[in-house]
Amino acid sequence: MNPAVLIASVYVFALAAFLGYQVISRVPPLLHTPLMSATNAISGISLIGSLVLAGAKGYPLFAHILGFVAVTTATINVVGGFGITDRMLKMFGKRKSETKAAAQ
Amino acid sequence: MNLATYFMEATYLIASVLFVLALKGMSHPETARRGMFLAEGGMFAAIVGTLVGQHIVTWVWIIAGLSVGSIIGAWMAIWVPMTAMPQRTALSHAFGALAAALVGVGEFLVHAQDMGVVTRGALGFEVILGALTTTGSLIAAGKLQGVIYGKPMQFRGQSVVNLAIFLAMIGCFVFFWIHPEAQSVFYSMLGIAFVFGVMLVIPIGSADMPVVMSLLNSYAGLAAAATGFVLGNNVLIIAGTLDGFSGLILSILMCKAMNRSITNVLFGGFGAVIAEATSNAGGVMREISLDDAAMQLAFANRVVFVPGYGLATAQAQHAVRELAELLESRGVTVKYAIHPVAGRMPGHMNVLLAEANVPYSSLYEMEQINPEFPSTDVAVVIGANDVVNPDARDNPKSIIAGMPILEVDRAKSVIVLKRGQGRGFSGLENPLFFKACTSMLYGDAKSSLSHLAQAVQHV
Repeated sequence: MNPAVLIASVYVFALAAFLGYQVISRVPPLLHTPLMSATNAISGISLIGSLVLAGAKGYPLFAHILGFVAVTTATINVVGGFGITDRMLKMFGKRKSETKAAAQ
Repeated sequence: MNLATYFMEATYLIASVLFVLALKGMSHPETARRGMFLAEGGMFAAIVGTLVGQHIVTWVWIIAGLSVGSIIGAWMAIWVPMTAMPQRTALSHAFGALAAALVGVGEFLVHAQDMGVVTRGALGFEVILGALTTTGSLIAAGKLQGVIYGKPMQFRGQSVVNLAIFLAMIGCFVFFWIHPEAQSVFYSMLGIAFVFGVMLVIPIGSADMPVVMSLLNSYAGLAAAATGFVLGNNVLIIAGTLDGFSGLILSILMCKAMNRSITNVLFGGFGAVIAEATSNAGGVMREISLDDAAMQLAFANRVVFVPGYGLATAQAQHAVRELAELLESRGVTVKYAIHPVAGRMPGHMNVLLAEANVPYSSLYEMEQINPEFPSTDVAVVIGANDVVNPDARDNPKSIIAGMPILEVDRAKSVIVLKRGQGRGFSGLENPLFFKACTSMLYGDAKSSLSHLAQAVQHV
């Protein structure tokens, strides 16, 4: 990694950390479980690194196999994480719309 | 750069923006779900971008991995009950971290020789964090599921052993940093990190799981961020860092809610050695009959339910909502008091109650509800113990002294639903149970609550 790229990456890291702190401090305790499973699903972004390992040019078969395992686990993380987060958030929204409908 | 690469970079940028917007949406239950759709879109874009922009030559492994992962992931998303949410999340941390660790190993296999010093450092971090999070999360999931004994596992010289393992791991890391050709050292580092993850979590009791879960969440994110540094990929850095900081903030909040430091949680082995540190609690616990309890509830003006982990184990969330609705139909004001560390992960109780259709507007945080206890007629404690232990406030010698609690003992009367006379999970005696205003209703929380509901109907 050349120095310019490294410095840019450190900037990205620092700004993302700051942004993350700002955004996540505003999440109410009510939603902490969905928050955790959502950020967990988002960190399944290592899937894109796994995809490269599993299929890109210039990697040996053993790397492809490692990549296959990584793609599988990262996909479980992404699909499972988003799926269950949505299931939870649906429950938090549900009651409100019901009462609204009843009021009308 | 050719067109495909530009396309890929564009999808990464879009994904990064969408992830941030998604987390911003999490600030309110109304917008949270829409936010998640954005994140899903971002993830999809990043995957498509990668498949287009990288020189993919072998599709077999990719398609196989994506399909197997999707099937297992969807199965988990659909079938895991809400009460098992902590285990599922821990398991998911393990999967995400394992992916990061494996990507690190793959990069080592292929690019170890032409990596710069910084990239090698990041690779070391990625592999270590990924590996220790994998095993640590598996142990946490095992403890939460009850497959592994939940009490802290400790032995003589544990901290010395842990320190030795830690130093060995760091030693391998430094050696690999200087000598990238030393394959055996790299793999030793990987192996030691797996062992270290186990050692890190086995001494921690189940009651401290909210902190551990948050920390593991943070580690999994930081492992992904380190992957970003290795691959020179900004979306990995951004998404990983967001996750890392989210976990960190949650762990700090959880520690505050227990008035303990992170080091104390990690190395304190809470709940193992406190037998003699108990309070001056003593006297008799007064038992109450179902009918008397129902009578109290039916003629109260204000009732506050205080759920704890016992609610989750008894799967009593629907039963409590039915009882609450019955009381509300009689004109009783019903609220729920949620302690930040009630349950086994941050926000655990909120999710369970939401599942049972309790509107989130009647869930109250500790700071909001505490001033209301003096004007509360009946506080119903359901399977909660430490979070309502007045010793934390009154007895400076108590092991949980200074931990903020729900002050149910200030209510006019307290009914404690408890499985039996034994001490709670932490093994700590709770003076609340001996107070004059407190009465105990023994039995399984779910059946107690539904019997209470029946009894209230007949009042």
